Amino acid sequence: MDFLNWLWLIPLAPLFGAIINGSLGTRLSRTWIGVIGAGTVALSFVLSIGAFVQMLHMPESALPIVHNYFVWIQAGSFHANFGFLLDHLSGLMILIVTGVGFLIHIYSTGYMHDDPGFYRFFAYLNLFMFSMLTLVLANNYLLMFVGWEGVGLCSYLLIGFWFGKKSATDAGKKAFIVNRVGDFGFILATMWIFSTFQSVDFGQVFEAARKLPVEPLGMIGAVTSICLLMFVGATGKSAQIPLYVWLPDAMEGPTPVSALIHAATMVTAGVYMIARSAALFDRAPGALLVVACVGAATAIFAASVGLVQTDIKKVLAYSTVSQLGYMFLACGAGAYAVGVFHLMTHAFFKALLFLGAGSVIHGMGGIQDLRKMGGLRHKMPWTFRTFFVGTLAIAGIPGLAGFFSKDMILASVWSSPNYGRVLWAVGLITAGFTSFYMFRLLILTFFGNARYTHDEVHHVHESPASMLIPLGVLALGSILGGYLNVPGFLGFATAEGGEGASTEHMLMAASIVAALSGLAVAWLLYVSRPELPARLAAGAEAMYSILTHKYYIDEIYDAVIVWPLLQASREFLWKFVDVIVIDGAVNSVGFVIGSSARGLRHMQSGFVRTYAAWILAGGVFLIAWFLR
Amino acid sequence: MIPLNWYLILAAALFLIGVLGFFVKRNIITLLLSVEIMLNAVNLTFVAFSSQHGIISGQIFVFFVLVVAAAEAAVGLALVIAMFRNRETLNVDRSNLLKW
Amino acid sequence: MIQILFFFFAALAVGAAINVLAQKHVLYSSLSLIVMLTAVSALFVLLQAEFLAVINVIVYAGAIMVLFVFVIMLLNLPVDEDGADRLRWLKFIGIPLGIFLLFMVGSTVWNLGVAPVASQMNGTPEAIGRSLFTDYLLPFELTSLLILIALMGAVVFAKKEL
Repeated sequence: MDFLNWLWLIPLAPLFGAIINGSLGTRLSRTWIGVIGAGTVALSFVLSIGAFVQMLHMPESALPIVHNYFVWIQAGSFHANFGFLLDHLSGLMILIVTGVGFLIHIYSTGYMHDDPGFYRFFAYLNLFMFSMLTLVLANNYLLMFVGWEGVGLCSYLLIGFWFGKKSATDAGKKAFIVNRVGDFGFILATMWIFSTFQSVDFGQVFEAARKLPVEPLGMIGAVTSICLLMFVGATGKSAQIPLYVWLPDAMEGPTPVSALIHAATMVTAGVYMIARSAALFDRAPGALLVVACVGAATAIFAASVGLVQTDIKKVLAYSTVSQLGYMFLACGAGAYAVGVFHLMTHAFFKALLFLGAGSVIHGMGGIQDLRKMGGLRHKMPWTFRTFFVGTLAIAGIPGLAGFFSKDMILASVWSSPNYGRVLWAVGLITAGFTSFYMFRLLILTFFGNARYTHDEVHHVHESPASMLIPLGVLALGSILGGYLNVPGFLGFATAEGGEGASTEHMLMAASIVAALSGLAVAWLLYVSRPELPARLAAGAEAMYSILTHKYYIDEIYDAVIVWPLLQASREFLWKFVDVIVIDGAVNSVGFVIGSSARGLRHMQSGFVRTYAAWILAGGVFLIAWFLR
Repeated sequence: MIPLNWYLILAAALFLIGVLGFFVKRNIITLLLSVEIMLNAVNLTFVAFSSQHGIISGQIFVFFVLVVAAAEAAVGLALVIAMFRNRETLNVDRSNLLKW
Repeated sequence: MIQILFFFFAALAVGAAINVLAQKHVLYSSLSLIVMLTAVSALFVLLQAEFLAVINVIVYAGAIMVLFVFVIMLLNLPVDEDGADRLRWLKFIGIPLGIFLLFMVGSTVWNLGVAPVASQMNGTPEAIGRSLFTDYLLPFELTSLLILIALMGAVVFAKKEL
């Protein structure tokens, strides 16, 4: 069977699922909703595997495979197709998206089982899958933007899923609006691309870009500006500084949403976009440097905030922001394939961690505060085991997936030409932080004595099979995923810059040391000497307060950006421009007509002689006119 | 011989008097009389021109003006009678209901 | 000779017209109008339109004005008009306008001065009849329709109950 002919069905199957579940969902049973929701994604997954395998057997010269289905826009010289492009990068992405997505759909049938909005959840989830797959498969920037916007919309819908809760709707709005700021950058970049290359099609743009010279570091030419604007879009979607503020708040949504959208797929769209536009970024080292610096800064910034969080999902959220920073750091060093490799391994273990957290929350009846947990490893053994695997993976313990990808990132950064050593040091410290807060999370949740009372949590139970099986599969992926030579597959030549084997071993040792030291400090603070954290917090009170308040960034944004905008909008635009100017103009037109009519009606006085006077006046005027 | 323009000026003067009657008097019947004066002035003009050019059409037209004047007088007076029945007065200013 | 006649009848016509407006009682006004009609008919004769002059007297003065007099007497009005004139200001507008109109027409017409070619005028009944029944047959027939309608209208309007 020629799977490549069915490429179009990969995004469209979930779309059909969304339509069916969305329109008929109230009349279907839970079983059917789950079957349709997860089944369409399973279909997409199977088709993706088929297409991927088929693609592997084709010679290198046949790639990329481009199918143009119809001409979407044809306006003057602007031409945009609706077409899909399959090469190694997008093939890998559709596998990740559909595979992890399928597992999360299965998980959701268990997690959301008692929720009245069950059908709505699956409809939104399927709609998200459609948008994400369109984004990944698109063959031009405009179609990618359609998917880009679609995932933003679904993120809003799913974060605010429990729309009765004000904090949830606020978080949804915040996510959408902050995303929008980034999208503005993307749109400008697309327009600039069209203006520079007269096309938005990937093939034509990249071919033209390869002929351009490399712009030197200080100069901000056309290609550098385009890349910087695209990166602005990426900071919005992938939660980097300065547009990351929506991701922690997005934890208001159900945990499967956090797992799928805010860990595995949507937030990786920015990384994918940069990897896809590698031809452009290679011509703009200045933009790459910005990407790397912002990625590194975000990584360490978010990790530092994650050190002191007390909500299980918030820790994971800041961890996601930090790991995304790693991916951008890799891309910024020119190692796009390594960034995508980390994207894949991160998808496995972060989804695993989030789903495990969801399992914990489900078993605890809704409690998310770490201070109220403890000793759960006996009550929820399988959740504990899979969560443990995930923690090992993210901390970079050797042997698991995270170690391989993180190590490759640090190695490429070390050999990067601009500020390589500084960025490497930042990455290393962040790795230490990551290990520390993840083990802290593990210990506080699963070890020690139970800190919850029986009144708060009546019956701590293990989760059903529908939730545990995906956890298991993802755990396997976290272990084995690192052994796939994904960077080589994506065309990355190892040992860029020709560093020797000894340097590589030294770097590897450094990252192992960082991971283990994080583990050791966590063990010290939370197992051996549990009284230490409180003393440390009391000793460094100002620092601790800044970290718990997330560097007061939300408050700063509120004061500097949100409040002035609201005031200008309310006082000026509403009360002045809308009420006085616009309404005044419209009302005054009516008023003028009314008052002039009120004046003119007195002509109809009812007196015959007045009418005769008018006739005479008219007649005299006419005669005078003709006799002049 | 009498020049044409004398007749025309006479007709214009008669017309003016008819028009003025419209403004000055309030009695409906007097208004109708003023209309008759105006029509007569027009008749005079027609006949004067017809006589000057030697074409009979001017006099034919006077015929028709005459017929119309007769019809109009008949109907107008019938209206006056109807109005008088309702209002007990012939003051044209009293009939001002068709107004704003 | 003709000019004396012209001035006489012209003065009579204008005087009678002014008298129509000057009289208080509407009956005297209509009688004054009859005098004016007679003067105008005399002027018609001077213009060699004899048939029309006679028709003017018979139809206009004899029928229409008699109808007016009948109605006036039927209504049996008192002399005084009620109240002050609410539209006094009309006089101040209308009279100047009218005089302006007269002035315009007069000044245009003054310089015509072409003598009437009266000798060729034929105002006999035969000439009028010939023209009326050949060139102007359709309007002639239509006037009969018009009179019929006026007849019906007058009867309907003047009835006490429809």
